[in-house]
Amino acid sequence: MEFGPHLLLAVIEGSVGAAVLALTALGLSLVFGVMRVVNVAHGEFYMLGAVIAWYVATFLGAHPAVGFVGALILAPALVAVIAMLVDWLALKRVGYDPEATIVATIGFGYIFQQLTLMGFGPEARPVDPPFNSRIALPWFEFGENGLEFYFPWGLSVTSYKLFVIGAAAVLLIGFWLMLSRSKIGLVMRATELDRETAQAFGIPVDRVYAIVFGLGAGLAALAAVLIVPIQQAHYLMGHDPLLLSFIVVIIGGLGSIRGTIVAALLIGLSDGIISVFFSPTLAKIIATLLVAFVLVFRPQGLYGKKAA
Amino acid sequence: MLKLDNIQAGYGPVKVLQGVSFEARAGEVLCLMGRNGAGKTTTMKAIMGLLPLDSGQITLGDVTTSTLPPHEVPKQGIGYVPQGRRLFGGLTVAENIDVGLMTRGKGKKTREFVLDLFPRLRERLNQRSETLSGGEQQMLATARALCLEPSVLLLDEPTEGLQPSMIQLIRDTVDKMRDAGVAVVLVEQRVEAVLDMADQVVFIENGFSRETMTPDALRRDGALLKKYVGI
Ligand SMILES: Nc1ncnc2c1ncn2[C@@H]1O[C@H](COP(=O)(O)OP(=O)(O)O)[C@@H](O)[C@H]1O
Ligand SMILES: [Mg+2]
Repeated sequence: MEFGPHLLLAVIEGSVGAAVLALTALGLSLVFGVMRVVNVAHGEFYMLGAVIAWYVATFLGAHPAVGFVGALILAPALVAVIAMLVDWLALKRVGYDPEATIVATIGFGYIFQQLTLMGFGPEARPVDPPFNSRIALPWFEFGENGLEFYFPWGLSVTSYKLFVIGAAAVLLIGFWLMLSRSKIGLVMRATELDRETAQAFGIPVDRVYAIVFGLGAGLAALAAVLIVPIQQAHYLMGHDPLLLSFIVVIIGGLGSIRGTIVAALLIGLSDGIISVFFSPTLAKIIATLLVAFVLVFRPQGLYGKKAA
Repeated sequence: MLKLDNIQAGYGPVKVLQGVSFEARAGEVLCLMGRNGAGKTTTMKAIMGLLPLDSGQITLGDVTTSTLPPHEVPKQGIGYVPQGRRLFGGLTVAENIDVGLMTRGKGKKTREFVLDLFPRLRERLNQRSETLSGGEQQMLATARALCLEPSVLLLDEPTEGLQPSMIQLIRDTVDKMRDAGVAVVLVEQRVEAVLDMADQVVFIENGFSRETMTPDALRRDGALLKKYVGI
Protein backbone atom coordinates (compact mmCIF):
# COMPACT_ATOMS: atom_id res chain seq x y z
CA MET A 1 0.00 0.00 0.00
CA GLU A 2 1.20 3.50 -0.65
CA PHE A 3 1.85 6.01 2.08
CA GLY A 4 -1.36 8.03 1.76
CA PRO A 5 -3.85 5.18 2.13
CA HIS A 6 -1.66 3.60 4.78
CA LEU A 7 -1.77 6.83 6.81
CA LEU A 8 -5.55 7.03 6.48
CA LEU A 9 -5.80 3.52 7.88
CA ALA A 10 -3.51 4.42 10.79
CA VAL A 11 -5.56 7.53 11.53
CA ILE A 12 -8.76 5.49 11.67
CA GLU A 13 -7.20 2.91 13.99
CA GLY A 14 -5.83 5.74 16.11
CA SER A 15 -9.22 7.41 16.24
CA VAL A 16 -10.84 4.28 17.63
CA GLY A 17 -8.23 4.20 20.38
CA ALA A 18 -8.53 7.94 20.98
CA ALA A 19 -12.32 7.74 21.22
CA VAL A 20 -12.27 5.00 23.83
CA LEU A 21 -9.39 6.62 25.68
CA ALA A 22 -11.17 9.99 25.83
CA LEU A 23 -14.19 8.40 27.51
CA THR A 24 -12.06 6.46 29.98
CA ALA A 25 -9.79 9.36 30.87
CA LEU A 26 -12.77 11.68 31.24
CA GLY A 27 -14.09 9.46 34.02
CA LEU A 28 -10.77 9.61 35.84
CA SER A 29 -10.53 13.36 35.33
CA LEU A 30 -14.08 14.02 36.54
CA VAL A 31 -13.53 12.07 39.76
CA PHE A 32 -10.25 13.81 40.44
CA GLY A 33 -11.62 17.24 39.57
CA VAL A 34 -14.73 17.13 41.73
CA MET A 35 -13.61 14.83 44.57
CA ARG A 36 -9.81 15.22 44.56
CA VAL A 37 -9.69 11.42 44.58
CA VAL A 38 -7.06 9.63 42.49
CA ASN A 39 -9.00 6.52 41.54
CA VAL A 40 -6.43 3.78 41.06
CA ALA A 41 -9.27 1.26 40.56
CA HIS A 42 -10.38 3.10 37.40
CA GLY A 43 -8.78 0.48 35.13
CA GLU A 44 -10.59 -2.29 37.00
CA PHE A 45 -13.94 -0.54 36.54
CA TYR A 46 -13.11 -0.55 32.83
CA MET A 47 -12.29 -4.25 33.03
CA LEU A 48 -15.51 -4.96 34.93
CA GLY A 49 -17.45 -3.15 32.21
CA ALA A 50 -16.02 -5.51 29.57
CA VAL A 51 -16.51 -8.63 31.69
CA ILE A 52 -20.09 -7.74 32.59
CA ALA A 53 -20.70 -7.01 28.91
CA TRP A 54 -19.61 -10.58 28.12
CA TYR A 55 -21.97 -12.01 30.76
CA VAL A 56 -24.89 -9.89 29.57
CA ALA A 57 -24.29 -10.72 25.89
CA THR A 58 -23.90 -14.43 26.67
CA PHE A 59 -26.97 -14.51 28.88
CA LEU A 60 -29.18 -12.69 26.40
CA GLY A 61 -27.92 -14.84 23.51
CA ALA A 62 -30.16 -14.11 20.53
CA HIS A 63 -28.80 -11.79 17.87
CA PRO A 64 -25.42 -10.13 18.66
CA ALA A 65 -27.10 -6.73 18.44
CA VAL A 66 -29.50 -7.63 21.28
CA GLY A 67 -26.65 -8.74 23.51
CA PHE A 68 -24.58 -5.69 22.64
CA VAL A 69 -27.34 -3.17 23.28
CA GLY A 70 -28.16 -4.95 26.55
CA ALA A 71 -24.51 -4.77 27.57
CA LEU A 72 -24.26 -1.12 26.57
CA ILE A 73 -27.02 -0.27 29.04
CA LEU A 74 -26.50 -2.80 31.83
CA ALA A 75 -22.70 -2.94 32.16
CA PRO A 76 -22.13 0.80 32.82
CA ALA A 77 -25.15 0.92 35.13
CA LEU A 78 -23.94 -2.06 37.19
CA VAL A 79 -20.39 -0.72 37.34
CA ALA A 80 -21.74 2.66 38.48
CA VAL A 81 -23.64 0.94 41.28
CA ILE A 82 -20.51 -1.01 42.31
CA ALA A 83 -18.51 2.24 42.35
CA MET A 84 -21.14 3.96 44.48
CA LEU A 85 -20.84 1.07 46.93
CA VAL A 86 -17.07 1.57 47.03
CA ASP A 87 -17.67 5.27 47.71
CA TRP A 88 -20.04 4.47 50.53
CA LEU A 89 -18.00 1.61 52.01
CA ALA A 90 -14.57 3.18 51.88
CA LEU A 91 -14.05 6.65 50.41
CA LYS A 92 -16.71 8.39 52.47
CA ARG A 93 -15.48 6.66 55.62
CA VAL A 94 -11.94 7.96 55.24
CA GLY A 95 -13.32 11.46 54.69
CA TYR A 96 -12.01 11.56 51.08
CA ASP A 97 -8.50 11.99 52.43
CA PRO A 98 -6.27 12.07 49.32
CA GLU A 99 -3.77 9.46 50.50
CA ALA A 100 -6.23 7.13 52.16
CA THR A 101 -8.39 7.05 49.03
CA ILE A 102 -5.40 6.03 46.91
CA VAL A 103 -4.74 3.09 49.22
CA ALA A 104 -8.43 2.19 49.33
CA THR A 105 -8.83 2.22 45.54
CA ILE A 106 -5.65 0.15 45.09
CA GLY A 107 -7.20 -2.40 47.45
CA PHE A 108 -10.54 -2.47 45.67
CA GLY A 109 -8.77 -2.74 42.32
CA TYR A 110 -7.05 -5.96 43.45
CA ILE A 111 -10.25 -7.33 44.89
CA PHE A 112 -12.11 -6.79 41.60
CA GLN A 113 -9.27 -8.31 39.62
CA GLN A 114 -9.02 -11.44 41.76
CA LEU A 115 -12.79 -11.89 41.96
CA THR A 116 -12.92 -11.70 38.19
CA LEU A 117 -10.12 -14.25 37.89
CA MET A 118 -12.04 -16.58 40.20
CA GLY A 119 -15.42 -16.13 38.54
CA PHE A 120 -14.71 -15.32 34.91
CA GLY A 121 -11.41 -17.15 34.62
CA PRO A 122 -8.09 -16.32 32.98
CA GLU A 123 -9.27 -16.64 29.35
CA ALA A 124 -9.94 -13.73 27.05
CA ARG A 125 -13.52 -13.92 25.80
CA PRO A 126 -15.00 -12.12 22.83
CA VAL A 127 -18.28 -10.30 22.56
CA ASP A 128 -19.79 -10.28 19.07
CA PRO A 129 -20.10 -6.86 17.49
CA PRO A 130 -23.69 -5.93 16.60
CA PHE A 131 -22.65 -5.48 12.98
CA ASN A 132 -19.31 -5.83 11.31
CA SER A 133 -19.37 -5.33 7.56
CA ARG A 134 -16.19 -4.25 5.81
CA ILE A 135 -16.33 -0.93 4.09
CA ALA A 136 -13.80 -0.30 1.36
CA LEU A 137 -12.40 3.22 1.47
CA PRO A 138 -11.66 5.27 -1.61
CA TRP A 139 -8.36 6.98 -2.25
CA PHE A 140 -7.59 9.61 -4.87
CA GLU A 141 -4.82 10.23 -7.28
CA PHE A 142 -4.03 12.91 -9.80
CA GLY A 143 -3.85 10.98 -13.04
CA GLU A 144 -3.94 11.98 -16.69
CA ASN A 145 -7.65 12.77 -16.45
CA GLY A 146 -7.28 14.94 -13.36
CA LEU A 147 -8.56 13.77 -9.97
CA GLU A 148 -9.34 10.04 -9.92
CA PHE A 149 -10.90 7.99 -7.16
CA TYR A 150 -10.20 4.30 -6.74
CA PHE A 151 -10.35 1.63 -4.02
CA PRO A 152 -6.85 0.44 -3.11
CA TRP A 153 -6.56 -3.19 -2.09
CA GLY A 154 -6.54 -3.52 1.70
CA LEU A 155 -7.84 -0.03 2.42
CA SER A 156 -10.95 -0.84 4.36
CA VAL A 157 -12.47 -0.44 7.81
CA THR A 158 -15.19 -2.33 9.63
CA SER A 159 -18.47 -0.56 10.10
CA TYR A 160 -18.22 -1.32 13.82
CA LYS A 161 -15.03 0.71 14.20
CA LEU A 162 -16.68 3.70 12.55
CA PHE A 163 -19.60 3.21 14.94
CA VAL A 164 -17.23 3.32 17.94
CA ILE A 165 -15.79 6.63 16.79
CA GLY A 166 -19.24 8.12 16.19
CA ALA A 167 -20.69 6.79 19.44
CA ALA A 168 -17.81 8.16 21.49
CA ALA A 169 -18.16 11.55 19.83
CA VAL A 170 -21.88 11.64 20.64
CA LEU A 171 -21.22 10.56 24.24
CA LEU A 172 -18.51 13.18 24.72
CA ILE A 173 -20.74 15.94 23.40
CA GLY A 174 -23.61 14.70 25.56
CA PHE A 175 -21.37 14.64 28.61
CA TRP A 176 -20.16 18.15 27.92
CA LEU A 177 -23.74 19.41 27.54
CA MET A 178 -24.71 17.70 30.78
CA LEU A 179 -21.86 19.36 32.62
CA SER A 180 -22.20 22.83 31.13
CA ARG A 181 -25.96 23.17 30.62
CA SER A 182 -27.84 21.00 33.09
CA LYS A 183 -28.73 21.53 36.71
CA ILE A 184 -26.82 18.47 37.90
CA GLY A 185 -23.80 19.70 35.93
CA LEU A 186 -23.99 23.07 37.69
CA VAL A 187 -24.20 21.30 41.03
CA MET A 188 -21.12 19.23 40.18
CA ARG A 189 -19.12 22.28 39.12
CA ALA A 190 -20.11 24.25 42.21
CA THR A 191 -19.10 21.32 44.42
CA GLU A 192 -15.79 21.06 42.59
CA LEU A 193 -15.06 24.76 43.10
CA ASP A 194 -15.97 25.06 46.79
CA ARG A 195 -17.34 22.11 48.68
CA GLU A 196 -18.16 24.02 51.87
CA THR A 197 -19.95 26.90 50.19
CA ALA A 198 -21.84 24.42 48.03
CA GLN A 199 -23.20 22.89 51.23
CA ALA A 200 -24.12 26.32 52.52
CA PHE A 201 -26.32 26.61 49.42
CA GLY A 202 -28.15 23.38 49.95
CA ILE A 203 -26.06 21.06 47.79
CA PRO A 204 -25.87 17.57 49.32
CA VAL A 205 -22.17 17.12 48.74
CA ASP A 206 -22.09 13.48 49.86
CA ARG A 207 -24.72 12.55 47.30
CA VAL A 208 -22.93 14.55 44.58
CA TYR A 209 -19.71 12.67 45.35
CA ALA A 210 -21.46 9.30 45.12
CA ILE A 211 -22.99 10.26 41.78
CA VAL A 212 -19.70 11.59 40.42
CA PHE A 213 -17.81 8.46 41.45
CA GLY A 214 -20.49 6.28 39.88
CA LEU A 215 -20.51 8.38 36.72
CA GLY A 216 -16.70 8.28 36.43
CA ALA A 217 -16.63 4.50 36.74
CA GLY A 218 -19.62 4.22 34.41
CA LEU A 219 -17.75 6.16 31.71
CA ALA A 220 -14.85 3.70 31.95
CA ALA A 221 -17.29 0.79 31.70
CA LEU A 222 -19.02 2.38 28.71
CA ALA A 223 -15.68 2.75 26.94
CA ALA A 224 -14.93 -0.90 27.67
CA VAL A 225 -18.26 -2.11 26.27
CA LEU A 226 -17.52 -0.20 23.06
CA ILE A 227 -14.07 -1.75 22.72
CA VAL A 228 -14.83 -5.32 23.83
CA PRO A 229 -16.08 -6.49 20.39
CA ILE A 230 -12.65 -5.47 19.06
CA GLN A 231 -10.40 -6.47 21.96
CA GLN A 232 -12.07 -9.23 24.06
CA ALA A 233 -12.68 -9.23 27.80
CA HIS A 234 -9.85 -10.30 30.09
CA TYR A 235 -9.24 -9.90 33.81
CA LEU A 236 -5.97 -7.99 33.28
CA MET A 237 -7.24 -5.68 30.55
CA GLY A 238 -7.51 -2.69 32.92
CA HIS A 239 -3.79 -1.93 33.15
CA ASP A 240 -3.21 -0.14 29.87
CA PRO A 241 -6.33 2.06 30.04
CA LEU A 242 -5.40 3.11 33.58
CA LEU A 243 -1.86 4.03 32.56
CA LEU A 244 -2.97 5.82 29.39
CA SER A 245 -5.72 7.65 31.28
CA PHE A 246 -3.19 8.93 33.78
CA ILE A 247 -0.95 10.05 30.91
CA VAL A 248 -3.88 11.84 29.28
CA VAL A 249 -5.03 13.47 32.48
CA ILE A 250 -1.53 14.68 33.33
CA ILE A 251 -0.96 16.07 29.84
CA GLY A 252 -4.42 17.62 29.59
CA GLY A 253 -4.38 19.11 33.07
CA LEU A 254 -5.99 17.43 36.07
CA GLY A 255 -9.70 18.06 36.20
CA SER A 256 -9.90 19.90 32.88
CA ILE A 257 -12.49 18.41 30.54
CA ARG A 258 -11.21 20.20 27.46
CA GLY A 259 -7.61 19.25 28.25
CA THR A 260 -8.60 15.63 28.77
CA ILE A 261 -10.30 15.39 25.38
CA VAL A 262 -7.50 17.19 23.53
CA ALA A 263 -4.83 15.05 25.19
CA ALA A 264 -6.80 11.84 24.55
CA LEU A 265 -6.96 12.70 20.85
CA LEU A 266 -3.25 13.50 20.83
CA ILE A 267 -2.20 10.33 22.65
CA GLY A 268 -4.77 8.06 20.99
CA LEU A 269 -3.99 9.23 17.46
CA SER A 270 -0.22 9.22 17.87
CA ASP A 271 -0.43 5.81 19.54
CA GLY A 272 -2.39 4.46 16.57
CA ILE A 273 -0.22 6.06 13.90
CA ILE A 274 3.13 5.19 15.47
CA SER A 275 1.95 1.63 16.17
CA VAL A 276 1.00 1.12 12.55
CA PHE A 277 4.17 2.59 11.04
CA PHE A 278 6.72 1.63 13.67
CA SER A 279 5.85 -0.32 16.79
CA PRO A 280 3.43 -0.12 19.72
CA THR A 281 6.40 -0.05 22.10
CA LEU A 282 7.77 3.09 20.48
CA ALA A 283 4.31 4.67 20.81
CA LYS A 284 4.30 4.03 24.57
CA ILE A 285 7.86 5.34 24.90
CA ILE A 286 6.91 8.57 23.15
CA ALA A 287 3.79 9.01 25.27
CA THR A 288 5.81 8.55 28.44
CA LEU A 289 8.44 11.02 27.25
CA LEU A 290 5.66 13.49 26.51
CA VAL A 291 4.45 13.18 30.09
CA ALA A 292 7.98 13.84 31.34
CA PHE A 293 8.18 16.95 29.17
CA VAL A 294 4.81 18.22 30.37
CA LEU A 295 5.73 17.60 34.01
CA VAL A 296 8.98 19.53 33.60
CA PHE A 297 7.81 22.44 31.47
CA ARG A 298 4.11 22.75 32.19
CA PRO A 299 3.31 20.82 35.37
CA GLN A 300 -0.29 22.02 35.41
CA GLY A 301 -0.90 20.37 32.02
CA LEU A 302 -2.07 21.90 28.76
CA TYR A 303 -5.33 23.30 30.09
CA GLY A 304 -4.86 22.98 33.83
CA LYS A 305 -4.80 25.88 36.24
CA LYS A 306 -1.63 26.71 38.09
CA ALA A 307 -1.71 25.41 41.64
CA ALA A 308 -2.78 28.25 43.94
CA MET B 1 -36.19 33.92 65.53
CA LEU B 2 -32.63 32.49 65.26
CA LYS B 3 -31.48 31.39 68.67
CA LEU B 4 -28.06 30.08 69.71
CA ASP B 5 -28.14 28.37 73.06
CA ASN B 6 -24.72 28.03 74.65
CA ILE B 7 -23.09 26.38 71.63
CA GLN B 8 -19.66 24.79 71.62
CA ALA B 9 -17.93 23.83 68.40
CA GLY B 10 -14.51 23.61 66.78
CA TYR B 11 -12.43 22.10 64.04
CA GLY B 12 -11.84 18.49 65.05
CA PRO B 13 -9.79 18.52 68.24
CA VAL B 14 -9.42 22.32 68.16
CA LYS B 15 -12.11 23.80 70.39
CA VAL B 16 -12.99 27.28 69.21
CA LEU B 17 -16.47 28.14 70.46
CA GLN B 18 -16.82 27.55 74.20
CA GLY B 19 -20.21 29.04 74.88
CA VAL B 20 -21.97 31.35 72.46
CA SER B 21 -25.57 32.43 73.00
CA PHE B 22 -27.69 35.11 71.38
CA GLU B 23 -30.97 35.57 69.64
CA ALA B 24 -31.40 37.41 66.36
CA ARG B 25 -34.90 38.81 65.95
CA ALA B 26 -36.95 39.42 62.82
CA GLY B 27 -36.62 42.97 61.50
CA GLU B 28 -33.49 43.65 63.53
CA VAL B 29 -29.76 43.79 62.92
CA LEU B 30 -27.56 41.93 65.36
CA CYS B 31 -23.88 42.84 65.13
CA LEU B 32 -21.14 40.46 66.20
CA MET B 33 -17.94 42.15 67.30
CA GLY B 34 -14.65 40.84 68.57
CA ARG B 35 -10.97 40.70 67.82
CA ASN B 36 -9.49 38.69 64.99
CA GLY B 37 -9.57 35.01 65.85
CA ALA B 38 -12.26 35.46 68.50
CA GLY B 39 -14.60 33.02 66.75
CA LYS B 40 -17.02 35.19 64.75
CA THR B 41 -16.59 33.32 61.47
CA THR B 42 -16.69 30.02 63.32
CA THR B 43 -20.03 31.08 64.84
CA MET B 44 -21.41 31.76 61.35
CA LYS B 45 -20.22 28.37 60.10
CA ALA B 46 -21.76 26.67 63.11
CA ILE B 47 -25.10 28.34 62.34
CA MET B 48 -24.88 27.03 58.77
CA GLY B 49 -24.27 23.52 60.07
CA LEU B 50 -20.82 23.41 58.52
CA LEU B 51 -19.30 22.45 61.86
CA PRO B 52 -20.88 19.86 64.14
CA LEU B 53 -21.76 21.20 67.58
CA ASP B 54 -20.08 19.65 70.60
CA SER B 55 -22.93 20.90 72.76
CA GLY B 56 -25.74 23.44 72.85
CA GLN B 57 -28.32 23.93 70.13
CA ILE B 58 -29.43 26.30 67.42
CA THR B 59 -33.09 26.85 66.63
CA LEU B 60 -34.87 28.80 63.96
CA GLY B 61 -38.43 29.36 65.09
CA ASP B 62 -39.64 25.88 66.00
CA VAL B 63 -36.97 24.06 63.99
CA THR B 64 -33.79 22.79 65.62
CA THR B 65 -31.36 23.42 62.79
CA SER B 66 -28.28 22.12 64.60
CA THR B 67 -29.36 18.50 64.18
CA LEU B 68 -30.05 18.81 60.45
CA PRO B 69 -27.52 17.69 57.82
CA PRO B 70 -25.57 20.74 56.56
CA HIS B 71 -27.32 21.03 53.21
CA GLU B 72 -30.75 21.17 54.89
CA VAL B 73 -29.87 24.22 56.99
CA PRO B 74 -30.01 26.85 54.22
CA LYS B 75 -33.31 25.37 53.04
CA GLN B 76 -34.84 26.56 56.31
CA GLY B 77 -34.32 30.08 55.00
CA ILE B 78 -30.84 31.07 56.12
CA GLY B 79 -28.85 33.04 53.54
CA TYR B 80 -25.08 33.18 54.05
CA VAL B 81 -22.61 35.78 52.79
CA PRO B 82 -19.27 34.24 53.83
CA GLN B 83 -16.16 36.17 54.77
CA GLY B 84 -14.03 36.68 51.66
CA ARG B 85 -17.21 36.22 49.55
CA ARG B 86 -16.44 32.60 48.54
CA LEU B 87 -18.04 32.92 45.11
CA PHE B 88 -17.90 29.95 42.76
CA GLY B 89 -15.08 31.68 40.90
CA GLY B 90 -15.11 29.53 37.77
CA LEU B 91 -18.86 29.99 37.32
CA THR B 92 -20.49 32.95 35.63
CA VAL B 93 -22.51 35.56 37.49
CA ALA B 94 -25.71 33.96 36.20
CA GLU B 95 -24.61 30.51 37.35
CA ASN B 96 -23.73 31.76 40.84
CA ILE B 97 -27.22 33.21 41.04
CA ASP B 98 -28.70 29.95 39.76
CA VAL B 99 -27.01 28.06 42.59
CA GLY B 100 -28.62 30.47 45.05
CA LEU B 101 -32.03 30.10 43.41
CA MET B 102 -31.77 26.30 43.47
CA THR B 103 -31.29 26.18 47.22
CA ARG B 104 -34.97 26.77 47.96
CA GLY B 105 -36.37 26.30 44.48
CA LYS B 106 -36.92 30.01 43.78
CA GLY B 107 -37.53 31.20 40.25
CA LYS B 108 -37.66 34.12 37.85
CA LYS B 109 -39.38 36.51 40.21
CA THR B 110 -36.66 36.21 42.84
CA ARG B 111 -33.98 36.45 40.16
CA GLU B 112 -35.44 39.71 38.86
CA PHE B 113 -35.71 41.05 42.40
CA VAL B 114 -32.01 40.51 43.20
CA LEU B 115 -30.88 41.76 39.80
CA ASP B 116 -32.92 44.92 40.33
CA LEU B 117 -31.13 45.40 43.64
CA PHE B 118 -27.76 45.13 41.86
CA PRO B 119 -28.16 46.30 38.25
CA ARG B 120 -24.39 46.05 37.73
CA LEU B 121 -24.71 42.28 37.94
CA ARG B 122 -27.35 42.24 35.23
CA GLU B 123 -24.82 43.77 32.82
CA ARG B 124 -22.30 41.05 33.64
CA LEU B 125 -24.41 37.92 33.72
CA ASN B 126 -22.13 35.92 31.44
CA GLN B 127 -18.87 37.04 33.00
CA ARG B 128 -16.89 34.60 35.13
CA SER B 129 -17.35 35.76 38.70
CA GLU B 130 -13.63 35.60 39.53
CA THR B 131 -13.03 38.39 36.99
CA LEU B 132 -15.39 40.84 38.76
CA SER B 133 -14.07 43.73 40.83
CA GLY B 134 -14.10 43.38 44.60
CA GLY B 135 -17.26 45.45 44.97
CA GLU B 136 -19.06 43.52 42.26
CA GLN B 137 -18.03 40.26 43.87
CA GLN B 138 -19.54 41.41 47.14
CA MET B 139 -22.75 42.36 45.33
CA LEU B 140 -22.87 38.89 43.82
CA ALA B 141 -22.20 37.17 47.14
CA THR B 142 -25.05 39.18 48.65
CA ALA B 143 -27.33 38.58 45.68
CA ARG B 144 -26.66 34.85 45.84
CA ALA B 145 -27.73 34.76 49.49
CA LEU B 146 -30.85 36.83 48.79
CA CYS B 147 -31.86 34.31 46.13
CA LEU B 148 -33.05 32.13 49.01
CA GLU B 149 -35.59 34.78 50.04
CA PRO B 150 -34.12 34.22 53.48
CA SER B 151 -35.78 34.96 56.79
CA VAL B 152 -32.29 35.09 58.33
CA LEU B 153 -29.35 36.74 56.59
CA LEU B 154 -25.79 36.15 57.81
CA LEU B 155 -23.12 38.57 56.58
CA ASP B 156 -19.50 38.01 57.62
CA GLU B 157 -17.48 41.22 57.21
CA PRO B 158 -19.22 42.16 53.96
CA THR B 159 -17.54 45.56 53.69
CA GLU B 160 -13.97 44.34 54.25
CA GLY B 161 -11.69 46.01 51.72
CA LEU B 162 -14.43 47.86 49.81
CA GLN B 163 -14.58 51.47 48.60
CA PRO B 164 -16.91 53.84 50.47
CA SER B 165 -19.54 53.87 47.69
CA MET B 166 -19.70 50.08 47.77
CA ILE B 167 -19.88 50.02 51.55
CA GLN B 168 -22.88 52.33 51.33
CA LEU B 169 -24.59 50.05 48.81
CA ILE B 170 -24.14 47.00 51.04
CA ARG B 171 -25.40 48.94 54.06
CA ASP B 172 -28.46 50.11 52.13
CA THR B 173 -29.16 46.52 51.19
CA VAL B 174 -28.91 45.42 54.82
CA ASP B 175 -31.32 48.21 55.80
CA LYS B 176 -33.78 47.11 53.11
CA MET B 177 -33.71 43.53 54.27
CA ARG B 178 -34.18 44.51 57.89
CA ASP B 179 -37.14 46.71 56.97
CA ALA B 180 -38.57 43.76 55.07
CA GLY B 181 -38.57 41.76 58.32
CA VAL B 182 -35.41 39.73 57.84
CA ALA B 183 -33.32 38.88 60.90
CA VAL B 184 -29.80 40.07 60.05
CA VAL B 185 -26.63 38.82 61.75
CA LEU B 186 -23.72 41.02 60.73
CA VAL B 187 -20.06 40.65 61.60
CA GLU B 188 -18.60 44.13 61.37
CA GLN B 189 -15.32 45.56 62.66
CA ARG B 190 -15.91 49.27 62.18
CA VAL B 191 -17.43 50.79 65.27
CA GLU B 192 -19.30 53.73 63.68
CA ALA B 193 -21.00 51.34 61.29
CA VAL B 194 -22.05 49.10 64.14
CA LEU B 195 -23.34 51.97 66.24
CA ASP B 196 -25.28 53.16 63.21
CA MET B 197 -26.89 49.94 62.11
CA ALA B 198 -27.21 47.61 65.05
CA ASP B 199 -30.26 46.91 67.17
CA GLN B 200 -28.20 44.59 69.35
CA VAL B 201 -24.45 44.17 69.71
CA VAL B 202 -22.90 40.90 70.85
CA PHE B 203 -19.22 40.70 71.79
CA ILE B 204 -17.31 37.48 71.23
CA GLU B 205 -14.12 36.89 73.15
CA ASN B 206 -12.06 33.69 73.14
CA GLY B 207 -15.02 31.68 71.94
CA PHE B 208 -17.47 33.03 74.52
CA SER B 209 -20.24 35.50 73.84
CA ARG B 210 -19.98 38.27 76.43
CA GLU B 211 -22.25 41.28 76.83
CA THR B 212 -25.24 41.69 74.59
CA MET B 213 -26.20 45.34 74.46
CA THR B 214 -27.79 48.15 72.53
CA PRO B 215 -25.76 50.72 70.58
CA ASP B 216 -26.99 53.44 72.94
CA ALA B 217 -25.56 51.67 75.96
CA LEU B 218 -22.35 51.15 74.03
CA ARG B 219 -22.08 54.84 73.22
CA ARG B 220 -22.35 55.62 76.92
CA ASP B 221 -19.74 53.05 77.95
CA GLY B 222 -16.65 53.40 75.77
CA ALA B 223 -14.63 51.13 78.04
CA LEU B 224 -16.43 48.06 76.70
CA LEU B 225 -15.24 48.70 73.16
CA LYS B 226 -11.71 49.02 74.42
CA LYS B 227 -12.03 45.76 76.30
CA TYR B 228 -13.39 43.61 73.49
CA VAL B 229 -12.16 45.15 70.27
CA GLY B 230 -9.19 47.14 71.51
CA ILE B 231 -10.29 50.57 70.33
N1 LIG C 1 -10.21 25.49 59.53
C1 LIG C 1 -9.72 25.73 60.76
N2 LIG C 1 -9.05 24.75 61.43
C2 LIG C 1 -8.56 24.98 62.66
N3 LIG C 1 -8.67 26.13 63.32
C3 LIG C 1 -9.32 27.15 62.72
C4 LIG C 1 -9.88 26.99 61.41
N4 LIG C 1 -10.48 28.17 61.06
C5 LIG C 1 -10.29 29.00 62.10
N5 LIG C 1 -9.61 28.40 63.10
C6 LIG C 1 -9.25 28.99 64.39
O1 LIG C 1 -10.43 29.32 65.07
C7 LIG C 1 -10.26 30.54 65.76
C8 LIG C 1 -11.41 31.47 65.40
O2 LIG C 1 -11.34 31.81 64.04
P1 LIG C 1 -12.46 32.68 63.33
O3 LIG C 1 -13.77 32.16 63.72
O4 LIG C 1 -12.14 32.71 61.89
O5 LIG C 1 -12.22 34.11 63.96
P2 LIG C 1 -12.82 35.52 63.55
O6 LIG C 1 -13.75 35.35 62.43
O7 LIG C 1 -13.47 36.02 64.79
O8 LIG C 1 -11.65 36.39 63.18
C9 LIG C 1 -8.91 31.09 65.41
O9 LIG C 1 -8.03 30.81 66.47
C10 LIG C 1 -8.52 30.30 64.19
O10 LIG C 1 -7.13 30.10 64.16
MG1 LIG D 1 -13.71 36.07 60.53
